[in-house]
Amino acid sequence: MYAYDGLDETLVRERATQFRGQVARRISGELSEDDFKPLRLRNGLYLQLHAYMLRVAIPYGVLGSDQLRALARIARRYDRGYGHFTTRQNIQFNWIRLADTPDILDELAAAEMHAIQTSGNCIRNTTTDQFAGVAADEIEDPRPWAEIIRQWSTLHPEFSFLPRKFKIAISGSPSDRTAIAVHDIGLSMLHGPGGETGFKVWVGGGLGRTPMLAEALRDFLPGADLLSYLEAILRVFNIEGRRDNLYKSRIKILVSTLGIDRFRDLVEAEWAQIRDSALRLDEAEVSRIRARFSPPAYEATAESGQFAGRRLEDAAFARWSAANLFPHKQPGYAAVTVSLKPVGGIPGDMAADQMDALAGLADEYSHGEIRVTHRQNLILAHVRQDSLYDLWRALDSLGLATPNLMRVTDIIACPGLDFCGLATARSIPVAQRLSERLAEIDERHDLGELTINISGCINSCAHHHVGHIGILGLEKAGAESYQVTLGGSSAEDASLGKIIGRGFGADEIVTAIETIIVTWLELRQDGERFLDSLRRIGPAPFREALYGRE
Amino acid sequence: MTLIDYGNGSPAIAGDAWTHVADGAVLPPDRPATISLERWKAGRDGLTGRNLPLGIRLESHERIEEILPDLPRFALIALDFPNLNDGRHFTTARLLRERYGFRGQLRATGQVLRDQIDLMKRCGFDAFELPAGKDAASAIAAFGEISVAYQPAADAHPTAAQLRHRQPVQAMAS
Ligand code: SF4
Repeated sequence: MYAYDGLDETLVRERATQFRGQVARRISGELSEDDFKPLRLRNGLYLQLHAYMLRVAIPYGVLGSDQLRALARIARRYDRGYGHFTTRQNIQFNWIRLADTPDILDELAAAEMHAIQTSGNCIRNTTTDQFAGVAADEIEDPRPWAEIIRQWSTLHPEFSFLPRKFKIAISGSPSDRTAIAVHDIGLSMLHGPGGETGFKVWVGGGLGRTPMLAEALRDFLPGADLLSYLEAILRVFNIEGRRDNLYKSRIKILVSTLGIDRFRDLVEAEWAQIRDSALRLDEAEVSRIRARFSPPAYEATAESGQFAGRRLEDAAFARWSAANLFPHKQPGYAAVTVSLKPVGGIPGDMAADQMDALAGLADEYSHGEIRVTHRQNLILAHVRQDSLYDLWRALDSLGLATPNLMRVTDIIACPGLDFCGLATARSIPVAQRLSERLAEIDERHDLGELTINISGCINSCAHHHVGHIGILGLEKAGAESYQVTLGGSSAEDASLGKIIGRGFGADEIVTAIETIIVTWLELRQDGERFLDSLRRIGPAPFREALYGRE
Repeated sequence: MTLIDYGNGSPAIAGDAWTHVADGAVLPPDRPATISLERWKAGRDGLTGRNLPLGIRLESHERIEEILPDLPRFALIALDFPNLNDGRHFTTARLLRERYGFRGQLRATGQVLRDQIDLMKRCGFDAFELPAGKDAASAIAAFGEISVAYQPAADAHPTAAQLRHRQPVQAMAS
């Protein structure tokens, strides 16, 4: 993984010192809360319903074991002993005191971490495939490119006060695990005409009040031109994007207003001016960063017969292996998903003790590296197959071996009204009760891949539009009302879910989802996925089951 | 208002030789003056004969591209920041310096926050009008708070990548 050099380290330390000054000026009263707000919001510090929340960047979701230990220490010392992993591969601490934040940032800096641009109208953490460097279908490891984007976007002097926040995702594989279609810019790697690697560029995806899928902006962008092209897009957005209405200020609105062709003309015209500037990537720098992501030293191991044997002997292990393992391009290895979705638990939450223990397991079994997924789970990316059984037992004893990846209890939920100042309804308790109710149905009927996403307001942080089943918590006449969408997907077959009908109260929503699933089971053919059944038969049977013949 | 001048590469509180003249008001006969873009477009004929430096002010939605051929006439361009959410003139400044070759004073006006100054400087601003009541010493201390630059901009700051791969300087043969 990437390791800071002196320059990287100087920057995060200076930024932490700068923030210490800003906090001191706030505490002394020199800065009013109004003046301080935009400053803290550029450094991941939100004022929530009960306390400050600090969002720490985990660039492209990659953590070293010592970094996870540092997060555990912070959770223990400054929070209530846990942290919350988000859908953008970051971590949040929910119970932070303002006066502690400078010390926290210093501790983060010592672990080569920071909170820079985890909030605010600027370029946010670039996300990528949690199976980077692992997936067999990968064209190239996207992490070096994500690191290049991280550096370019960090404290960018021109793009620190954009019309609105800006999110970039990058995928190295044709199978999209990064939800490219719902990002402001999506980059998918491919081979160009001469066999060189580059990117297909997508623009204007996003969820929120006006969900839109990204449109193709450029079919092939050579790698060396990545930053000049991004700069051209951002420059057009900074000048042309709307600032008069919060809900119309994302780039998706600009793209849809201008039309993709006109938008492309503007970008290409700008790009022509800067393509041959100092933004052109220097091969020496690309190689330097690439070298940081070279594969770990795998041991030559044959495909393990022991692994197959254990699965035959132990049904629980077999079930976990079927659900939570991902094939590794290195024979004899697997990538393991560590579920942060125990049945009845809070999606994405992790206790400090679990973090420390998992850091130890990462050192023992997976080259000291942990990854965060946009489904709010963690990954140990390089585990020998003959170690899987021991690892599974250790994870199980920590409560981290729920066999549910991409299954109905692997619910993505935002913090909602329990924490978030913008929420219109709770999402965590709905997730907890749903997973309790659905775990048993899944065990009996093997529901296969079925994703549920729950957002606590229209800001859609839990991406409910792209859940196979999406739930949006609204407020209606003083009470929580949950709107259900069906048919979303964020994979390469991306689609936006459609609203099935009127919303459900807090006491009805769990039963409503159960009704949808029970209805589906009667119509399901040959073990197909819920999404495929829905695409085959349409929403009518579900509407009828929920609302009767109206 | 306090003016911080960075024209010679080190920030200092400076007296202001310039007057911002409101639309409709008379230009001072003996001092350099700035006028709005609006006024320039409406009545440049009355202005071009003056033998004193002229400056122009742009609001955040106004574009410098409207008057590119006129740029050599201006000794100062003032770009306004109405609030912290409006960052359009960060782009304007870079274009003026990097693309349109503007060499006069580039002044940030409006809500110029201490904590934006480093970024503005990188985009090519070399003068900053601090809003009333803001501590000038604190603003001066803000220059160079971040010494590392990851990206090329309008200033001469070498980027991190350039520093990393700079060819070692050859020792001169003596
Ligand atoms: S979706 Fe709404 S409630 Fe949930 S975290 Fe985002 S802003 Fe808060």
